[in-house]
Amino acid sequence: MRKLWVIGIAAVLPLIAGCGEKPTVFKQGQYQGKPDNRPWENDQFKGNQVEWEKTIKARNQNQNENSRSVASAK
Amino acid sequence: MARMKFLCDAERCIECNGCVTACKNEHEVPWGVNRRRVVTLNDGVPGEKSISVACMHCSDAPCMAVCPVDCFYKTSEGVVLHDKDLCIGCGYCFYACPFGAPQFPQDGAFGLRGKMDKCTFCAGGPEPDNSEVEFKKYGRNRLSEGKLPACAEMCSTKALLGGDADVISDIYRDRVLKRGKGSEIWGWGTAYGRPDKPAAQPEKKS
Repeated sequence: MRKLWVIGIAAVLPLIAGCGEKPTVFKQGQYQGKPDNRPWENDQFKGNQVEWEKTIKARNQNQNENSRSVASAK
Repeated sequence: MARMKFLCDAERCIECNGCVTACKNEHEVPWGVNRRRVVTLNDGVPGEKSISVACMHCSDAPCMAVCPVDCFYKTSEGVVLHDKDLCIGCGYCFYACPFGAPQFPQDGAFGLRGKMDKCTFCAGGPEPDNSEVEFKKYGRNRLSEGKLPACAEMCSTKALLGGDADVISDIYRDRVLKRGKGSEIWGWGTAYGRPDKPAAQPEKKS
C-alpha cells in the first residue's frame, strides 16, 4: 500500500511542477537580465527598504475609508 | 515583501473614467494609447456593471511567456514591466494578454505599430528612477516616491484599489462583509455568472 502511495505521488509531482509563482531574483542591479533599481534605491529612501514599505503600507490604508472614518471619529 | 495588484469593485465603479484620465495625465500617454480603460457590461440596461481594466500584473504573465525578444521582467514587488529598447512591437503580447493591456501607438502615416506600451503600476521601467528618459518612455515612477498608482489613489468611489495584494484584499473583504454579504460574493458563480436554468442532465438509467 505504501509503495502504491509513493508511486502515485511520484507520478503526480511532475504534473504540478509548473504550478506556483516563480521567485523574482534581483541580481547585480538586474531583473531577469534587464537593468532596473528597486523602488527604495533613490535619494528619497536612501536604500531603506523598511521605510519604503512603511510608506506604502500607510498609503495602502488611505484607500480604506472604513478605517479612515473610524480614525476620524475618535 | 509587498506583491502589487489591482482590484476593481464592480459594485462601486460609476464609470466616471477618472482612473483613465488620471493615468493619461500622470504619464502623458499619447493619443490612441489607453493604459487603463473602463469596460461596462450590459451598458444601458438597469443593473449595468462597470470595471476598470489595465495590466493586472499577472503572477504567471502570458505576455512574458510569448515575447520573442524576452523584453519583459518582473520586479520583486510583482510588477510586470518591459524594456522598450528590446521590444520589436510584434504584438504577440497583445494576443496573449486576456485583458487587452498591451497598447501600440499608431501615429504613423500607415498605421505603424510602434513599441508596446502598457500600465507600469506607476513603477517606471529599466531606466534611472525619476529620470527624464524614464518618464518619456514609461511615465512617472510613483512607486519609487512611496506612492501608489495614480488611478487607484484618485478613484472617487474607491472602487479601484491598488497596492499590496494582502492589504487591498483585506479592505475589499471587509467592505463586502459590511454590505451584509458573505461567502456568496466569492467563487466561480460570482466571477463567471450562474446559469438561469441548470443545464439539462442526462436521464439516469435505472
